[in-house]
Order: sequence, then structure tokens, then C-alpha cells
Amino acid sequence: MNFDFSDAQKALKQQTRDFLRAACDTTVPRRVLEDTDEPFARDLWQQVCANESPGIAIPEEYGGIGFGYLELCVVAEEMGRAIAPVPFSSSVYLAAEAILQGGSEEQKGRLLPRLASGESIGTFAVSEGPGQATVANLQATLRDGRVSGTKMPVPDGDVADLCVVVARDGEGASLAVVDLAAEGVSREPVDTLDPSRSHARITFDGAEAELLGEAGQGWAVKDAVFDRAAVLFAMEQLGGADACLQMAIGYAKGRYAFGRPIGSFQAIKHKLADMYIKNELARANCYYGAWALSTDAAELPVAAAAARVAATQAFHFASKENIQTHGGIGFTWESDCHLYYRRSKLLALSIGSERVWKDRLISGLERQEAA
Amino acid sequence: MDFNDTPEQAAYRAEVRAWLGANAEPRKDRPSVNRRLDAEEGLKLAKAWQARKADAGYACRHWPVAHGGQDRPMIETIIYDQEEANFDVPTGFFSIGLGMCGPVMAQYATQEQQARFIPPLIRGEEVWCQLFSEPAAGSDVAGLRTRCHRDGDDWVVNGQKVWTSGAHYSDWGILVARHDSSLPKHKGLTFFFIDMKSPGIDIKPIKQINGGSNFNEVFFTNVRVPDSQRLGAIGEGWQVAITTLMNERLAVGDAPPPDFREVMKLAAACELDGRPALEDSSVREKIADWYVESMGMKHTKARTMTALSQGKVPGPENSIGKVVSAPKLQSVSSFGADLMDMGGVITDPSLMPSDALFQQSFLYSPGLRIAGGTDEILRNIIAERVLGLPGEIRVDRDVPYSDIPTGN
Repeated sequence: MNFDFSDAQKALKQQTRDFLRAACDTTVPRRVLEDTDEPFARDLWQQVCANESPGIAIPEEYGGIGFGYLELCVVAEEMGRAIAPVPFSSSVYLAAEAILQGGSEEQKGRLLPRLASGESIGTFAVSEGPGQATVANLQATLRDGRVSGTKMPVPDGDVADLCVVVARDGEGASLAVVDLAAEGVSREPVDTLDPSRSHARITFDGAEAELLGEAGQGWAVKDAVFDRAAVLFAMEQLGGADACLQMAIGYAKGRYAFGRPIGSFQAIKHKLADMYIKNELARANCYYGAWALSTDAAELPVAAAAARVAATQAFHFASKENIQTHGGIGFTWESDCHLYYRRSKLLALSIGSERVWKDRLISGLERQEAA
Repeated sequence: MDFNDTPEQAAYRAEVRAWLGANAEPRKDRPSVNRRLDAEEGLKLAKAWQARKADAGYACRHWPVAHGGQDRPMIETIIYDQEEANFDVPTGFFSIGLGMCGPVMAQYATQEQQARFIPPLIRGEEVWCQLFSEPAAGSDVAGLRTRCHRDGDDWVVNGQKVWTSGAHYSDWGILVARHDSSLPKHKGLTFFFIDMKSPGIDIKPIKQINGGSNFNEVFFTNVRVPDSQRLGAIGEGWQVAITTLMNERLAVGDAPPPDFREVMKLAAACELDGRPALEDSSVREKIADWYVESMGMKHTKARTMTALSQGKVPGPENSIGKVVSAPKLQSVSSFGADLMDMGGVITDPSLMPSDALFQQSFLYSPGLRIAGGTDEILRNIIAERVLGLPGEIRVDRDVPYSDIPTGN
């Protein structure tokens, strides 16, 4: 039994944390949040790419540095802690994973090096608006190598270079890669709960699309990509939840009311203890998910769903109770509380809601039971 | 990161599993032997089991040889406990003795006393209990009122303890009493171990809301305790008690079933609106919540185990155990009864799924949220010791005990 990261992985985590503390304090996500002309922090993204972070888990033969998923997990936790306003998750957890899971050798060799270096930003488009997307209700279609339809919200869709689109293809769904600079693609930013991470509405009108994987089999690949991404998003959520807890502790120690620190009142203590409990439960589930991801374990679907559910709950709870701990100041624009509150909801819905992941979790348990 | 045992650990686990397979019955989906038997019969079985375990070298392996153990790494004890949890064996009678009394004797008793008392404790020949809580000293245990005064070579004890598990079948007990009411409350306490058959001890079982009687009231009327049975200095009782309570929080670990597994099985068997309840999304969401909590605890323990096997002291993550598992047990059992709809009120085991495990647990679980530190006290501990929040303002700390208002 060794349920711990290696010393090298811990060093990478510390290094990433130190780097982000210097390069991405909360003024950076705030700047992107407030500036409508800056969809993401380009300077930070350049540094993240210079650190080779996007290619951390991409094998060397595809232009990455081929460390592995535990390494990507520790970086993800720190990106989440810093609420970094960069297209890391779209490009790395979604687009690169989709190409790794669904692409041919030729496609991997051609597309992944650009994502690994950060030269290109990738994203993944499944949602078509309010309501859960399913194979049955997909409106976007792929026909004769061309995709038509509207996708929204597409994370980083306004700045990405390539997009993996999930589209109806006959009876099933297919994944297809679309060059977003191509003819037949129009896109515009959409306002979301968290403007520190930009999203777009993309309309495809017969845009040229390159099939990724087998025609009609794309939904299963999407599920596999989401299982893997769930662990990585969960790590980000965990980092964010911990940041909220630390922020709330700091405030509760320094804020005085009735002649004493508010952190000495049990109403506050118990709230923060509950944050800690949820965060620890999430951490344990996330680490297990990280292990399952890094070893391609048969348990991955259940482990990923558990990590996702626990981390979604933890970040949601921590971000809202952090505001509550701050009282009135926490409701102001100038306080950083809302940066986390926004991000927690964004991440909670990014690859499907908590309800959807709970259902996947139980379905996974049912399959285990039947086996 | 690696979930496999080391080759040595795997070999030890295989050995333990084989021994348990040859000596015990696998656990089944029904109330365990601990719940099926009355105390007298259960104790007989438990003593036999503990002796067998000790003879095979599986009891207290991680204790020092000098204290009757084998000085083996803690990880071996954990592996044994993990494997034993898959078998329906009588346990619980010795958890206070082994978890709290043994360690405190090992730290404070004389060599002769250790040689006399620890081996029979390990073999289950003598049962121990803990006499801390009082009617007016629950969460605030340092506020206890039981008095002791010196008389020659003895101390004389008067007062009342409560919530003493197993007092009626215990041979020995550890006791904190107040020797001086003019001192501040934490300073006027002294710690002893006592013979539970001493004259002047009167034990009355408490009937709990689940109908069972796992605890007692213990009355002391001029009970004489030799000064040689004092543990720690006069006035050092609180420090000794704190050591013991720390051990208790590790000893009162997990909640018993039912957990998500049992609810899932039940939900597959019960119908809701003409379909298996397990197909209902509200049911699935609930089970997912409990799964996440349950696995969170399981993997948190794995983190603890990793720290132990690396020779480190486990971090504070352990402190969340009971505060998660006890409320979970309560909500799982309540929900299980709900799934049975109108029939969920029946408690006759012969008529009910899992021998009415959900109904029994519904009545039992409130106690688990209180025993060994209430949900609230545990949250205080997490907030103060783990998160570093300021302590409570104490109006009773630096004044003579006799001046503290008492209320009800």
C-alpha cells in the first residue's frame, strides 16, 4: 500500500504552486473577469506552455514530455487552486484526451504536438444549450465530412484553434475535428457565470470536419474522454475548494466581532470543519481517481465519477460558505470570494452536472455488481 | 501510488486470511454476532475468540514485547483488522481495554502492575471499562464531580459515573475523580485504576432507545482504592485522561453496516412506483452520496496506512472518521426504512429484509453520534487542532471548581 504521490510528484506540485502563486495571484483571474477584451491571460498561458505543462501526460512520440497522469493531476490541483484563467482544461483534459482516445496514429502524430506545445489551443464541443445533451437529442450533424449545427457553450471556443465536435452521424454520434479558422465556422463569445474563463457559441455551416475514430461510435469515446477528464476536473475543483477553506480560515482568525475573532464562535468553527471534512473526502476520492486514471484501471469509471461528485460537492460548499464566513464584504465585487463561487459552478457543470455523474456512478456500480 | 501490499505485507495478509478462514465464519448480510447475542453469551464467545487470536499471535502485535506485544509494525495490526472485518466474530468487549486502558497502563503503571495486568488484558481474560463521563460531565468531562479523598494508604471515592460500557461484566476500570474542589477544574483531578468488584460499587444498566443496554450507571459509595493504583501524580488526572481520550478517538472508528452496499441491494429488491427503486433517480443520488462518503473514508484510511507504513505519524485526516460515519449510518438506516414504505416500521427480524438491520440501526445510530465525542465536539476539535482556529472563551478555566455555576 502506497497511497501517496512520489517525492518527484510532490516536488512538481510545489513547483507549480510556487510558480502560480507568483504568476497568477487573484488579480489575474480578476483582470480577465473584468476585461471583456481579454478572453484569457495570454501572458500566463505562454508561461504555462513554456513550462511544458500542456504536454505533461502526452507521450513523447506525440510531442509531449510523457510524464504521466499523476503528474498532470498535481498540476491540475494547482491550476484549480489558482483559478487560473487559461484554456488548460479545454486543450489538455478534453481535446488532447479525445485525440488520444479516438484518433489514428497519423492524427495523433499530426495534432497532438501542437496541443502539447501550446502552439494550438484545442477544445471540445458537445452541449447545444440548456438541457443535458444525449445521442438522441443532438442537433449538430456530420455528413460527408462536413459538420453543421450550433454548439454552446464551448469552453474557450472563441480562442481555440481546433475543436473536437460531437455530432449526429446516422443513428449514432461521431467525433470530428474541426479547424475553427475554416470556412463555415462562425463564433461569438457567450456570457457565462464565470467570465474569467471564456466560452463561445459556435455555428458550423457545412464546415470541413475530420472524423476522429469510427463513424457512429463517438458517444462511447466521448464517455471515455469524460471519465478521464472527470478526474482532472475534480483535481482542479479540489484545489479550488482548498483555496476557499484557507481563505475562510484566514478571514475567521482576523475578523473580530463581539470582541473576539469570529473563528472562535462555534457557528463558524463548525462551518469550517464541515468544509475541511468535505475537502478531505474529496481529496481521498480524487487521489483514488488519479490512481485509476494513471493505471487505466478497470475501476476508472466508478472512481472518476466518485472523485467528480465529491469534488463538485466540496468546491460548491466551500465557495458558498466562504462568502457566508466573510459576511457582507464577501458579497462585494471587490472581494475575491465570488471568483471562487463563479469558478465552482463553472467547473461543476463543465462536463456534466453532479446529478449526471451520480447516475454514472451508480450505473458503474451496477455493472460491477453484475460482473 | 500503488494499492498493492508489499511482498511481505501480502504474505502476512495471506497468512491472516488463511487463519481466519480456518477459524471463523465469513460475515453475512444480517446483524453480526455482536448484535444477535446477549452480553453474557457474547462475552463468553468473545473471550474464547480473543484467547485464540492471542495464541495465534494476532492480538496487539504492534505493542512492545515488554508490554506483551510482538513489536511488529502497526501496518500488520491494520491488515489483521481489515481481514477480520470480513468475518463474523465477536468483538467490542475488549476495544476499551485494548484501545484505552492498556495504553494508559503501559504509560503510567509500575513494571509489576504492567506484568500483572497487561497479559490478561491482551488474552481477553480480564475485561476493562472506562469511568469518565458523569451525569453533569459529558462533553465537558473535566467538569466531573465524583470526589476522592486520601485516607491512609487508600483513597475513598464517592460519586456517580455514567455511560460506562460493559461495567457490569468488567473486572477492572480506569477512573478520574476530583481530589480538590478549590483548584481550577482541570487541576483538581486524579486518575486511578480500580477493581470493579470493590465493595461500594453499584452498577445499574441504562436502557437505551433501541431497547439494548450497552452502558451503565456506576455509583460509588465510600469505595476504597489503594494509592498504589493511582496513575500519574495527584492533580495530573486531566493529562492522563487526555492521553486516553486521544486513544479513544482512534478506537471508536467505523460505523457498522448498513452502508451504500446494503441500501443498493435493498433498492434493487424494493419497488417504487412499480419499478425497482434503484431505477429512481432520487434513490440513485442518495446512494451516490453515501458511496462517496464511504469511499472517502476508506481512501482516507489508506492515506493513514501509507503514513504508518512509511513510519510517519498519521495526520489529522483521521479525525473526520466518526463525524462522517455516524451521521451516515443514521441517514442510511432511515432511508432504508423509507424504501420499505409502510412496511418499513416493522422491526421483527423474521419478517424483514436483512433481519431488520435498517430498523435496528435507525434506533441505534443516534448513540453513535454522541459516544466518544459528539459530532459537535469533534467539529470543535477539527476547527481548533487541525484548522488552528482560536479556542473557546473559557469562563470556567481559572476559577476554583467550587465557584463554577452548575445549572441542571
